[in-house]
Amino acid sequence: MAQYMFSAYGSETGPAMTEEEMQRSWQRILTLEEEMKSAGALVFSGRLLEPETATVVRVADGDVMTTDGPFAESKEHLGGFYIIEARDLDAALGWASKTTAAVGAPIEVRPFWEMPDA
Amino acid sequence: MATLIRIFGDIDAAEDGVQDAFAVAVRKWPIDGLPPNPGGWITTTARRCAIDRLRRESRGRDLLDEVAVLSSRTEDPGIPEMVTNVQDDRLRLIFTCCNPALATEVQVALTLRLLGGLTTEEVARAFLISRPTMEQRLARAKRKIKAARIPYRVPEDDELQERLRPVLAVVYLVYNAGLTSSADVDLCVEAIRLARLLVTLMPDEPEVAGLLALLLLTESRRSSRSRPDGSLVLLGEQDRTRWNRHLIEEGEAVVRRCLRRNQPGPYQIQAAINAVHANASTIADTEWSQIVALYDQLYVVAPTPVVALNRAIAVGEVQGAAAALALVDELDLDNYHPFHATRADLLHRLGRDGEAAAAYERAADLAPTDAERDFLSLGGRASR
Repeated sequence: MAQYMFSAYGSETGPAMTEEEMQRSWQRILTLEEEMKSAGALVFSGRLLEPETATVVRVADGDVMTTDGPFAESKEHLGGFYIIEARDLDAALGWASKTTAAVGAPIEVRPFWEMPDA
Repeated sequence: MATLIRIFGDIDAAEDGVQDAFAVAVRKWPIDGLPPNPGGWITTTARRCAIDRLRRESRGRDLLDEVAVLSSRTEDPGIPEMVTNVQDDRLRLIFTCCNPALATEVQVALTLRLLGGLTTEEVARAFLISRPTMEQRLARAKRKIKAARIPYRVPEDDELQERLRPVLAVVYLVYNAGLTSSADVDLCVEAIRLARLLVTLMPDEPEVAGLLALLLLTESRRSSRSRPDGSLVLLGEQDRTRWNRHLIEEGEAVVRRCLRRNQPGPYQIQAAINAVHANASTIADTEWSQIVALYDQLYVVAPTPVVALNRAIAVGEVQGAAAALALVDELDLDNYHPFHATRADLLHRLGRDGEAAAAYERAADLAPTDAERDFLSLGGRASR
């Protein structure tokens, strides 16, 4: 079994969801997460608050610097993510297809690095 | 044939060798002339082709091992170890190479390399890109297969049809690339080889057979498709005596088997359309109403504007240019040069030569190759 991250990207441009659309999306997500849990596929999931709530911390010239705002200067931001366990990419993409339909945003599927076997 | 069977002790290898030799003969003899000893030429060439093929297949087997090692971690430990035979491996390999998680050009490169047994150099030459670029492309693909765990298995029954589509599309793409390629690697021959392999591996899939039939029938006309100067020859002007009867017979036999199965699909229907053309000894003898009926069927399973365009052309042969033009003008294919070329031809037939000239110009602007551009600039006629 391998682990994959599903990153859901939202965009500042483009139409925002109506209240009704958000409710429906939320319902779909809850249903999907139940399905994932039953299948033993869901490791963790979370929805993030808006990019404006972010803070970036980094080391510069030996000191730790703190910056207000998101890391990437772009219109697309990470909205939420899933950590899924699946036996191969086909299986992961199966879950990802359902996730993108439920969430209404593109999902990037990336494998986790694994400690190589000794 | 017998000589080759004696040399190789393998009927399949001998048969394949002879087939390949005939394919080479069909291409070379019209240009080079008949060799003084045609029978001997065939035997020698067939032997060379068979050796070449065996070399590729053993290369293919080595590559299979490579891929198997890459994906060994994906085997579910719960399933008992299956007896692997070469055919099963090749089937798994095809679906791995054509996994939708890989870009189309990557699918094509992997398929040619791992199933076609071409060297990286040959694949690079075939697509006119540099060898290092192709090496990088293949290396990245193999890394992704391993890292993201693209599985080395045949898809489950419920996903098989969907996963078969990119496989057939890749082979079709390779064939079409071969038609317009000036590279020394013959992609048309490679595509037909791959199609034959697919039929062997998936004898119960009607669309796989349909694709093979389509390629065989298209290939039968290849030598009359263009003139020595590279300009294209219209179907109606092609010298049909130069069409390869062996390929036509084989293609038609496959089409008949598909018809008996009665599980039509886009490749089978396109093959059937080509078979109708192949059956006509001259363009005037073509059973156009049959072709229209087949396009009606094709449009049901593949309702695209391009299919509608080709259907309209056939309608034009049955009901006249005005009816066809009415259909064509409904289509939105402004960036597709055959659309404008078709309009131009229909307008010309209706005596609207000013509009026809404008349409030919638009088609020439969009033409993808010099040969086609020249052809269209001359109002769709040859310079001679």
